[in-house]
Amino acid sequence: MTTFVLLSITGLGLAALYFLVASGLSLIFGLMDVLNFAHGAFLTIGAYGTWWAAGNLPGAGSTGWGFVLAVAFGVGVGTLVAALIELLLIRPLYQRHIEQVLVTVGLSLALVALVRAVWGSDPRPFPRPEWAQGTTSVLGANVPNDRFLLIVSAVVVLVSVLAFLRFTRVGLIIRAGVENRTMVTALGIDVRKAFTLVFAIGGAFAALAGALGGIYLGSISPGQGTSLLIFAFIVVVIGGMSSITGTAAAAVLVGLVQQFANYYAASGVGDLSVVLLLAVVLLARPSGLSARLA
Amino acid sequence: MSGQGGAPLLRMSDVHVRLSGSHILQGVDLTVRRGGVTALLGRNGAGKTTTVKAVLGLVPSTGVIELTGGDGRTERVDGRRTHEIVRRGIGYAPEDREVFAGLTVAENLALAERRGSDHHHDRVYELFPELQKRSRQLAGTLSGGQQQMVAIARLLLNDNQLLLIDEPTKGLAPLLVAEVADVLARAAEEVTILLVEQNLTVVQRMAQDAVVIDQGRVAWSGPADDLLTDADRTRELLGVAASGGGDHR
Amino acid sequence: MKDRAVNRRNVRRLAPLVVLVVLALLPYSTLNLPGLFDGVLNSPGTLQLLALCLVFGGVALSFDLLFGFTGLLSFGHALYFAAGTYGANLLLTELGWGLGAAIAATTVLGIVLPLVIGSVALRVSGIAFSMVTLATAQVGSIIVLQDPGGLTGGEEGLAVDRTPIPDAFVGVFNTVNKYWLALAYLVLVYAVVTWVTRSRAGRVWQAIRENERRVEVLGLRPYRFKLLVFVLAGLLATLGGIVHLLLLGGSTPRVTTADFTIGLLVMVVLGGAGSRWGAVLGGVLYTYLDSRLTDLASSPAVQDLPAWLRVPLSEPLFILGTLFILVVLFVPGGIAGLVDRLGERRRGRRRPAENPPPGRAVERLRDEIGAGVGGNRPHDGV
Repeated sequence: MTTFVLLSITGLGLAALYFLVASGLSLIFGLMDVLNFAHGAFLTIGAYGTWWAAGNLPGAGSTGWGFVLAVAFGVGVGTLVAALIELLLIRPLYQRHIEQVLVTVGLSLALVALVRAVWGSDPRPFPRPEWAQGTTSVLGANVPNDRFLLIVSAVVVLVSVLAFLRFTRVGLIIRAGVENRTMVTALGIDVRKAFTLVFAIGGAFAALAGALGGIYLGSISPGQGTSLLIFAFIVVVIGGMSSITGTAAAAVLVGLVQQFANYYAASGVGDLSVVLLLAVVLLARPSGLSARLA
Repeated sequence: MSGQGGAPLLRMSDVHVRLSGSHILQGVDLTVRRGGVTALLGRNGAGKTTTVKAVLGLVPSTGVIELTGGDGRTERVDGRRTHEIVRRGIGYAPEDREVFAGLTVAENLALAERRGSDHHHDRVYELFPELQKRSRQLAGTLSGGQQQMVAIARLLLNDNQLLLIDEPTKGLAPLLVAEVADVLARAAEEVTILLVEQNLTVVQRMAQDAVVIDQGRVAWSGPADDLLTDADRTRELLGVAASGGGDHR
Repeated sequence: MKDRAVNRRNVRRLAPLVVLVVLALLPYSTLNLPGLFDGVLNSPGTLQLLALCLVFGGVALSFDLLFGFTGLLSFGHALYFAAGTYGANLLLTELGWGLGAAIAATTVLGIVLPLVIGSVALRVSGIAFSMVTLATAQVGSIIVLQDPGGLTGGEEGLAVDRTPIPDAFVGVFNTVNKYWLALAYLVLVYAVVTWVTRSRAGRVWQAIRENERRVEVLGLRPYRFKLLVFVLAGLLATLGGIVHLLLLGGSTPRVTTADFTIGLLVMVVLGGAGSRWGAVLGGVLYTYLDSRLTDLASSPAVQDLPAWLRVPLSEPLFILGTLFILVVLFVPGGIAGLVDRLGERRRGRRRPAENPPPGRAVERLRDEIGAGVGGNRPHDGV
């Protein structure tokens, strides 16, 4: 029972990480038809930004509010980089989706290589605030607190995104744009502003995932984002490519399946089952589990 | 009729469109005069929808497309981005209505509220009381006729100077066809309309001018009555007989 | 005027042959190209690098068959290359098969594997197809890295048992033979790709890239043609994997990853998607730069630079990634596209359409099969 509880909560923690990365991917894909390969690099930037701020930024540190400030800095950098990339590199290739994807592929190589050039390829120990190092007893299982941090963050992000999409005009434009981008422009709306915004939002979430993933794993390395990206892609596809709630459900499914299979079968089997899951979903319903944003 | 003598509002000259291997528009020249309804006619596949899309910048085109604003200034809009063209006061109702199925009726209308224009929700709900009743319903669950109402409501919500309407009566029951035609006729008292329409009864009732497109070129243009009263010419250009009208498909 | 045009056409036809002869005779040259290569041309180190360049030129061309010619963006091409190197390696090392038998069996694998995966993956299209291929390749990568039963060597890679391999392909002194093997592989791929892209199937592929729906309207089934190109590209990559194995004397898990496929994509786009010699040149250039930029990073010329320049330049992937982005943004068609445009400008006319100009492949295909359906009439709403 304790193992089951621990595995479940850890699986949900992993799901939270997947969701943070995948939600931005699915927003970007839904609105712009661009599969963003640079998303893993946003995660890496967020992680290294937080790590750097904790050691160097005045006022920031590895505990308490100082750490919150460090995370805010990392997320800020991730957001800024994502927005700049959209403005400078993606926008000039308007409506040339293949080229846009290729640019993000090039970015995924260049940005990660740049981080490696500056801070080396070896893992760096990541600051873990004290309260994240403790454990909480749940039904007899001692669950590390960082899992709860991940889960709560993901839920907060999920609720805010849904509220944003539901109740703001920009959210309305994004929902409409996912359905029919052309008609949105034909109503006199400059949909490119929404493009920059979803890139920035996606960058922010991925950067947050980088910081939280750093706490969860205890260390960061340049290639981390890219390896997480493939599973985030799988989550996006299973979740229906452009649906936030679908992505959340798929993240939970993938996180739990991976965690349980890796534990009860053999290491690696969890990863394989996730891929299998993808194949089954795609072949059964080529559009994924659900088809609409929100 | 005002259509006969009005100043040019939209002028296209030598407009070409090539799309995935097809030369769809092969040098279209046409003028839409301010006021009244100009019908854009032609067989299926002649290039009517593409002509409308070219005006909006929804398909890449070459040639000159000019719009004359309310202030009398004429500007080239070809090569401009769609939202910029639309903001000069153009409303567009596409062939397949393209209402946002995942949004409610109210959200569909809210989305259509254009910056720099008054928004006439009262006028719209007065014309289509049905929409007010269903304002919280998802547009995807509406009937075809109701969806067409939403599409037309989007046009009338803003202050426009030109409406581009692509086959508004397509697939509608005869009663609804009459209703849509009524609404458009009322709208035409205040705004210029370029109407793509296959239903010649509707054309006869509404249009002052007509332009016939055939194989990507303008094959005929002039007063609508001249075309519709000449059965031979109608048959030659459109492949249908004008007398009788109705739904010829 | 006419004579010059004929001459030019002959030059175009002869160019590959001249390049081939130069490449074949290259190991007899003791030319020293300081800066470009560390040793003289026929030193084992230089030949090894050149051989690697040739192999990846061929593998890049096999990927171009999918991406450039047919418009299928697969993110799983690494799987078939990996199947070649690991498949042959396991047969040689674990089962002690002879080289001929191992190559034959791996070739069968190189047909069956893409056939099975392609028949499933091609049921979806666009991004979904990219994802399925990415995921299936990921399965291969996970298996190799998990090292089941100690078979694949995990992250360490797997050295090949040399006993079944003829002496001519073993050891540093025989690098020249491996070089010729790599050249033979490239020639094979080039010949096959030239032949198939000029065949009817090749014209269907180009039409599919342009507009798959219209190909269907012509009464052809795109699925079959896509499966054909998927299997052929997979097989050619598998053969490349075998050559790579002989060249390196082992298999490395690096070739199973999505990054490896991305590398192929970069090669093809740099050189020019949809161009045979462009893709080959892209593969050669990428492999060469990847290797030489690492050396360059430790050279005094770079070490003396200020930190803001030195640090990024120390990472070949940063330079290649940036170069790639610049090509996508500013040089559509890659190197091949650039050369074509320069040539056109000089001649002041359009080149004869071996590759039809964009948007004409479907038309040409329709003329060829003489189908009446889906004719010239443009459609509203396209």
